[in-house]
Amino acid sequence: MRTGEPSLPRWAWVPAAAGGLLVLLPLAALLTRVPWGDVGGLVTSESARVALALSLRTAAASTLLCLLLGTPMALVLARSRARGLGVLRAAVLLPLVLPPVVSGIALLATFGRRGLLGHVLEVAGIQVAFSTAAVVLAQTFVALPFLVTSLEGALRTAGRRYESVAASLGARPTRVLVRVTLPLVLPGLLSGAVLAFARALGEFGATITFAGSMQGVTRTLPLEIYLQREVDPDAAVALSVLLMAVAVGIIVVVRRDRGVL
Amino acid sequence: MTTRFLTAVAAVVVLASSLAACGGDATEGPSTTLTVYAASSLKSVFEQLGTEFQADHRDVTVSFNFAGSSDLVAQIQQGAPADVFASADTANMGKLGDEALAPADFATNTLEIAVPADNPAHVATLADLARQGVQLVTCAPEVPCGAAAAAVEANARLDWKPVSEEQSVADVLGKVESGDADAGLVYVTDVRAAGDQVAGIAIPASVNAVNTYPIAALAGSEHADLAAAWVALVTGAEGQKALAAAGFGKA
Repeated sequence: MRTGEPSLPRWAWVPAAAGGLLVLLPLAALLTRVPWGDVGGLVTSESARVALALSLRTAAASTLLCLLLGTPMALVLARSRARGLGVLRAAVLLPLVLPPVVSGIALLATFGRRGLLGHVLEVAGIQVAFSTAAVVLAQTFVALPFLVTSLEGALRTAGRRYESVAASLGARPTRVLVRVTLPLVLPGLLSGAVLAFARALGEFGATITFAGSMQGVTRTLPLEIYLQREVDPDAAVALSVLLMAVAVGIIVVVRRDRGVL
Repeated sequence: MTTRFLTAVAAVVVLASSLAACGGDATEGPSTTLTVYAASSLKSVFEQLGTEFQADHRDVTVSFNFAGSSDLVAQIQQGAPADVFASADTANMGKLGDEALAPADFATNTLEIAVPADNPAHVATLADLARQGVQLVTCAPEVPCGAAAAAVEANARLDWKPVSEEQSVADVLGKVESGDADAGLVYVTDVRAAGDQVAGIAIPASVNAVNTYPIAALAGSEHADLAAAWVALVTGAEGQKALAAAGFGKA
């Protein structure tokens, strides 16, 4: 009998390489379009700086919201045996496959002035449409599935053994959660948060449909890129590279520090 | 489970695509296709003219690509197979240079104030747009409809503060239709096409901005005769009648 590492079938390298090229080639092609001489001026223009700052702020806020709402959601999905959870799980994943413009229309129907909740909010004096809060809502809507699925996967893989031991030693459910479960799935939680942040940073369709586009208020970097493309394609390319650099930078930093993803 | 959900999604996708394929095979395609690239605002008029064109040219299919004029110019410059280009402004036609063969102006469009059917903010005049509390949405100054809005603002000596500067007329109209905006500035033809959910308030001609639409056959076309015939249809009596019905002005 042969021993050692089980080897990968050789043919697997061919489609794997093709897939890699499909992802990497367009990104490399984008780099060939960058007007390197003017890139400094283009990415530090006032509109670009304002848009980047807004993007970072809103993406951070929506990642926080994803953690606050998504962590309990993942716990319920992974640990509860309540009926109907299958439907909930499918619903949570839906924003992943919906066209962004559909997400935007759905959010408008909910939080818009004449929406399901919008009317109540308006009576309470809160207007969501055209505000930074609308951007955060849109980003959270599309980013939440990334956090929930990563964390749910981690929770299922981790199993319940340590939790059972802690409980048998007399620990209350909250203590088990905070001292045993969460530390155990911390890498999954972090990778989910990073994915959610990156997705929020790139959010475009739902934002433009639901939140609008105003410098400093709702015009995030993706919206600024779309607008610049209309008048200055070079600036659009330069800002695209900036957005990519920020996203890659964050993923790399977290990976190095925590060894996740 | 995630897998079960994804399996269901995959099944739906496969089913839908096979149905679509069946539909496509059922009709036999004519031999020649004339490809017309046109600004989104021309969609309903051009589709109507396309039916007429095909009635006159039995072996020809007219295929349209409707999008923002600058998107279309970018596609043509990248070598997209277009025979005719109709732009919503002269600037974008100008970008094509010699590629556009003898551009001819064929229509004009002016702005109008669009409000939700019940006009909750009681907008009646241009000056109302600058009133505090009126949620105004315009196009961004970088896109043609936004440049037109800025011209109206300057002509009327007003200073309004939109809550959002959108990318396209469709984006502006969407927010008026949903009632999230109290008013939006869009083209006359867009208000007419939007139906009952939106009401239009005219802007005095003295301060309005006029957008001129040019059309041209393209040098790269393999169907020069057909392309010229399409341009003739649009600039001729029949085309002008359809454009006027949609709210366009004479060039």
